[in-house]
Amino acid sequence: MSTLSERILGAPAGRYVDREVDVAFAHDGTGVLTREALREMGVESLPHPDRLRLIFDHIVPANTGTTATLQAELREYARVSGIALSDAGGGICHQVMSEGLVRPGMVVVGADSHTCTLGALGAFATGVGATDMAAIWASGATWFRVPETIAVNLAGRLDGAAEAKDLALAYVAELGMEGATYQALEFVGDGAAGISMSGRLTLCNMAVETGAKTGIFYPDEVTARHLGEYGLTASPLTPEDCCYERTLDLDLADVVPLVAVPHRVDTVREAEALAGTHLDQVFVGTCTNGRYEDLERFARIVRGKKVAVRTLVVPASRPVLARAIATGVLADIVEAGCMVAPPGCGPCLGAHAGVLGEGEVCLSTANRNFKNRMGVGGEIYLSSVATAAASALAGVIAVPEVV
Amino acid sequence: MQGAGPAVCIGDDIDTDLVIAGRYLRTKDRSVWAEHVFEDLDPTLAGRLRGAVVVAGRNMGCGSSREQAVVALREAGVVGVVAPSFARIFFRNAVNVGLPVIEAAIPCTDGSRVAFDLDAGWVEVDGERYPARPLSEKMVAILRAGGLVPYWRSCR
Repeated sequence: MSTLSERILGAPAGRYVDREVDVAFAHDGTGVLTREALREMGVESLPHPDRLRLIFDHIVPANTGTTATLQAELREYARVSGIALSDAGGGICHQVMSEGLVRPGMVVVGADSHTCTLGALGAFATGVGATDMAAIWASGATWFRVPETIAVNLAGRLDGAAEAKDLALAYVAELGMEGATYQALEFVGDGAAGISMSGRLTLCNMAVETGAKTGIFYPDEVTARHLGEYGLTASPLTPEDCCYERTLDLDLADVVPLVAVPHRVDTVREAEALAGTHLDQVFVGTCTNGRYEDLERFARIVRGKKVAVRTLVVPASRPVLARAIATGVLADIVEAGCMVAPPGCGPCLGAHAGVLGEGEVCLSTANRNFKNRMGVGGEIYLSSVATAAASALAGVIAVPEVV
Repeated sequence: MQGAGPAVCIGDDIDTDLVIAGRYLRTKDRSVWAEHVFEDLDPTLAGRLRGAVVVAGRNMGCGSSREQAVVALREAGVVGVVAPSFARIFFRNAVNVGLPVIEAAIPCTDGSRVAFDLDAGWVEVDGERYPARPLSEKMVAILRAGGLVPYWRSCR
């Protein structure tokens, strides 16, 4: 029988296949290089512009004249080539794609490493570089090596203050930063059914931090309910005696609030062991944890209180922002003393806004804490939203209470 | 496809932020990336890369999909990158921009003479030969053409 990756790609693990892609997207950063490569390739028209998308998220709104000019060129290219554009403020590419543009069984490529996020929807989704993307836009297809699969077998339910992000940190620590290189992670087991779509997106998002090509969930009722909000449907699929490379068993009841310490994603400690660690900034957002469920959880903890350290909250998309406004979640966040920035990626990669100064320490809900990523000489700790909220109130790393 | 040069040794898990930091990505001027390559790892490295073979540890190029990382190395004059293992997007990007990447476990001393042959599948360090993992035929064809852009042009 076949793993979900093998079923979607239509060949056994280890085989090289050429496949048409259903959706291919780039952002303002990689899109510029994709456009350059197309120019150098001499490609004038694209065969399937309806399958392509440009999403401005990395440096939005533009911060310098250079950035603005690059974005203007790309905006014009979207217009003449017929590629749909999600302009500045629309949201982070993976979040935008998760809002009704990706369905189970699709082959999805994005010019961003966290494209694996979309495996949460039962698609085979993986990141590529900009030149790769140019060839995909020009031909509608690309080659893949069908990955071997590691089953991440989930049992039980998350409880207490632990959330999907803690589970993500747990499996990254367990596998290590290259524990799944060239492979796929399939999230299976009874525990998978109990994880919300938001949590699944968080779990699949961090697959690449183990070197994996993708993280993937089988479509089920949770998937169908999510797609239903966008007028789409999904048929459930279940594993069938798959041939896995190995199985990683995780009991969700054992998961506690965790923190990845600088400068490695796989160096993880219990939040409790780091309680009291000095912080200069808390950052809540990114393609890992900027969804409505995250903002709502954060607001529930800080509501009626004041943060004790500068705290930046960035919704992952315009619909997330709009919903947070409509439900009062955003007002709670602002009244607690947080800054709110327009939907985008900026602070996560130190490209735009929320950059750290020399020696400053940030607790972030992002997926990477690489050296100097958020600014030269800064230090990044990674945590769940609940841990970030408790820490923002305390001004130091703090363990969240059950909410 | 062959190449050779003095070794420049770097460690395990060198992420793409360390190859080229996010703050240098707001341009399409490749010389900027070459100038700042490895800056956060060791600012003296950029000046030693012309004609060199970078010998990395495990999981070379983990992290972002940013192709600027491999372009920076190529623009800085790197002849090839040897590592026991690569992050997959970095590996694929390197082939696509025409930067030879060789999966092999070799000892490294800065300045050692490193030579490689992609077709025959070996790497030599000061004359001592080590096996290298072969690339797919398509990858070799893309590398031989000088990257995916010239490969594309030659196929049309």
